Amino acid sequence: MNETRIIIAGYGGQGILLLGKILAQAAMQEGKRVTFLPAYGAEVRGGTANCMVVVSDEEIGSPFVEQADVLVAMNEPSLRRFEGRLKPRGVMIVNSSLAQPPAGRATGAVSVPFTDIALKLGNARSANMVALGCCAASTQVVALKTISRILQDFAGKTNKQLGEINQQALLAGSKACTPGASQR
Amino acid sequence: MEKIYAHPQSLYNVSSHYCAGCGHGIAHRLVAEAVDELGIREKVIAIAPVGCAVLAYDYWNFDCTEAAHGRALAVATAIKRVRPDNVVFTYQGDGDLAAIGTNETIHTANRGENLTVIFINNAVYGMTGGQMAPTSLIGQKTATTLKGRDPALQGYPLKISELLAQLPGVKYVERVALISPAEINKARQAVLLALRNQIEGVGFSLVEMLSPCPTYWGMSAQAAMGWIKETMIKEFPLGRIK
Amino acid sequence: MSGNDAIAEGAIRAGCRFYAGYPITPQNELTAYMAEHMPESGGVAIQAESELAAINMVFGAAAAGARAMTSSSSPGISLKQEGISYLAGAELPGVIVNMMRGGPGLGNIAPSQSDYFQATRGGGHGDYRCLVLAPASVEEAFGQMFEAFDRADRYRNPVIILGDGMLGQMMEPLSVSPGRIKSYAKPWALTGCKGRAPNIIRSLYLKDGALEDVNLRLQKKYALMRRTEQRWESACLDDARVVVVAYGGMFRIVKGAVRKLREAGKKIGLIRPISLWPFPDRAFEPLLKKRLSYLAVEMSYGQMIEDVRLALCTRQPIEFLGRAGGGIPTEEAIIKKIKTML
Repeated sequence: MNETRIIIAGYGGQGILLLGKILAQAAMQEGKRVTFLPAYGAEVRGGTANCMVVVSDEEIGSPFVEQADVLVAMNEPSLRRFEGRLKPRGVMIVNSSLAQPPAGRATGAVSVPFTDIALKLGNARSANMVALGCCAASTQVVALKTISRILQDFAGKTNKQLGEINQQALLAGSKACTPGASQR
Repeated sequence: MEKIYAHPQSLYNVSSHYCAGCGHGIAHRLVAEAVDELGIREKVIAIAPVGCAVLAYDYWNFDCTEAAHGRALAVATAIKRVRPDNVVFTYQGDGDLAAIGTNETIHTANRGENLTVIFINNAVYGMTGGQMAPTSLIGQKTATTLKGRDPALQGYPLKISELLAQLPGVKYVERVALISPAEINKARQAVLLALRNQIEGVGFSLVEMLSPCPTYWGMSAQAAMGWIKETMIKEFPLGRIK
Repeated sequence: MSGNDAIAEGAIRAGCRFYAGYPITPQNELTAYMAEHMPESGGVAIQAESELAAINMVFGAAAAGARAMTSSSSPGISLKQEGISYLAGAELPGVIVNMMRGGPGLGNIAPSQSDYFQATRGGGHGDYRCLVLAPASVEEAFGQMFEAFDRADRYRNPVIILGDGMLGQMMEPLSVSPGRIKSYAKPWALTGCKGRAPNIIRSLYLKDGALEDVNLRLQKKYALMRRTEQRWESACLDDARVVVVAYGGMFRIVKGAVRKLREAGKKIGLIRPISLWPFPDRAFEPLLKKRLSYLAVEMSYGQMIEDVRLALCTRQPIEFLGRAGGGIPTEEAIIKKIKTML
């Protein structure tokens, strides 16, 4: 059985749930089994946000991720909260613009300044898409082009310009964490 | 020879369970006559309350249901929304409409549901044994206000009709009294208008009827009529409120 | 699609044409979905002023012959109990969705299964039963709406869908298949008495013996439901030494744990009650001859376990693992517990 259990966390307003939803949708379009479980709380903006995505080639048991294969941490508090839930060989993806990756993690740490990259592209709010690109590239859980297609459909409905930036963000994220790329 | 009286088709020809001198019998009949006059017996759906009138369906010859205590207007809202071509009315006492059901009453009125409400105000809980109602008068002795209603302890008579008249969703409110042929005739006209409003799509219409309860007022039937005329009307003035 | 959305879409496709609800987390998406999509189907969706009003609107809509539903979460369901009792007493069909959260009191908004007693034992006053179905996935929740409305009409009885906050919030792929809808004649409905004697819908019976007769009729109906509506899913019972019993969202976590144990060669079986009332006693009948250990796992401190005990005629050893108030038994904890039983 090939199953990837993912936790995505950050602060409210960073587009954490959208990141997770697009990831889940991509997995679905690729014919995989998938669950998406948002943490729902009283907070709307400014609080913490996290969600759990499980992608599998078999029927999924628990949608609740106790032990994660992948952690995407978009800020420092989220990293601290969830790093203990990452499996020893799990992949830690850290937004180094807003979080200090733990020193001494030998394997599986990907640290990329998602927010800085998004700012350079013109919209800090696209940091989630940079992270998504990075997550896809470093875990291979879904193909970049599947995500790109979803973003395209999405942009058609809403904002063309934002769609453009999101596509660039996705690409930038994937490039930033492919092996050999500079990791701050 | 001209026929000047007939038993309404909408009212079963049976004796009622109501006390001697109770106003419910008159009110039931007024409703039945109005339904006949408008020719809507086969379209009417009535909602009986919890209270003395819970058995209204034993007297009315049309479709009826009973609602949980206070919830008549929630039930009515749904029936009317599901069947907009039917004529839907609730028949509720003061406890049902203005105490336990105040929330449903205000919000149904505020949604402007196209419904008709017959509101029987006899200033007392009848079925349960004569306790204080939200509309009991100051000083009125009841099973739960042995020394008379004291505003410091039990507040004031609730004028729910005046309250409802403030709401934009409410189109017609009138208070009548079941105390004399002249006043009962006015009540008849009010019921007709409140039902006609619904048929014409005007909106939420309510008729409040001051109604005698000789049993729990501790009076003769005649004295009860007199008490409405002399005392109750001062607190609850008659006429069109909206 | 999220569980909440899937339930709403399933209901509309199952012919629900009246919805009334009141906001409460974690089922708000359901109310919003109904507000958006019910009018497209020519139905009515009302945001009621309270849970009391909402369930009584369901009473009215059902009395008028419509397929009607309300939804809420635990504290709101407590408020609806009066209305559910009236539906049962007046023998009106209606569907009530409870996406359970932590209690007692205001509790919290985390997933929970602590309303099992309330749903399966009656909840409101009087001697009545609701059919209770517990979906374990978004897809199943969608499909169960067809069943819920069908059974509600068939038995003229309230049906409860008992989910939890996790199921309501989680998203899973859903292939929307057109379900079959059987329509039931409702000669008892309030439609206006044109061409017939007046219909009366009531739950008040004051004449000597009348209410007892009504109750006997209800009991007959419940007995029929017990015979025909037991539903469950089971796996790996043939060689099992320990049988784990769980329902709804909890089952998902248990299933993961059992899969791992079986991969390690441990002989663990699984039973998932799908109908909680009637409880699927029959799932346990073939096992009664064997000497097995049982484990009930719940997001509560032990409610379903009482039905498991009854199903086992209290003759077999049964242990319990549960957490409530927002705590969810983890896969790891389940595995650890089962290992102590082997």
